[in-house]
Amino acid sequence: MKRIAITLLLGAALPALADRVPLPANAPAAYQAECGACHMAYQPALLPANDWRRTIAALNDHFGTDATVDGPAGQEIARFLERNAGNAGKLGSAGEPPRISQTARFVRKHRDIPAKYWKDPRIKSAANCEACHRGAADGNYGEHDILIRELRR
Amino acid sequence: MVKTLSALCLLLVGVAAQAETPQRIGETYTAEAAARQAGFTPSAKRGETLFRQRFANNDRMPACTSCHTDSPLNPGQHVVTGKAIRPLAVATNGQRFGDPAKVEKWFGRNCREVIARDCTPAEKADFVAYRSEAR
Repeated sequence: MKRIAITLLLGAALPALADRVPLPANAPAAYQAECGACHMAYQPALLPANDWRRTIAALNDHFGTDATVDGPAGQEIARFLERNAGNAGKLGSAGEPPRISQTARFVRKHRDIPAKYWKDPRIKSAANCEACHRGAADGNYGEHDILIRELRR
Repeated sequence: MVKTLSALCLLLVGVAAQAETPQRIGETYTAEAAARQAGFTPSAKRGETLFRQRFANNDRMPACTSCHTDSPLNPGQHVVTGKAIRPLAVATNGQRFGDPAKVEKWFGRNCREVIARDCTPAEKADFVAYRSEAR
């Protein structure tokens, strides 16, 4: 009986664990200040190291914006992202230029979201994790904790 | 004694650097502008005109209002990423215009992005005046 209970508990906990992607505690302050000003400070595990490298190398044209970070802060951010990057095998290709929202994992996780929601003014963009995932900044992407009621499971 | 004094001085300089006020930041831009144009005084009205002006440079963000909304008192939303932006007005966001380096950085980025050039010290002084006075 006890074993069944543990198995059940584990079964319930595992999917939740897979949706937990906390920002490493050693994230440099510059990451929040520079990257987190225009969009959420995405957890480095959401993109493989090679894609972070390509993103950092092309910051002067970052999806149409010059987001260059000069000097030590830029190097610090690059090191942080690469060191804590995600598993390329699990995330899948992120496209060109790399986008978290194009990784195979992201696409799979969001395949049931109707197109109209991406255009909803409350959401606006797949870059806007926090519009739906209340705990996104804390790395909590569980599908039960969705702000938009119609999309909650 | 000398050591203590210099440590105290350093401490005071440090405190001053952290506790800049919108007024002080505005005065710095005003002094810069006056050095180029004698008798310059900042105008909140000109600042508002700049804020609302539409430029032909960037389709996604033709004006400051694209992200910061028509009212300086309101929170904004990044027009591309959807991220929430706290209000620009000092009246509704006490942290605005408190850090000179941050103010310079965002004038730099946003002026180039929206107007495709750097803003002048006069424009910055006007803008800070507008945002400080908005009620």
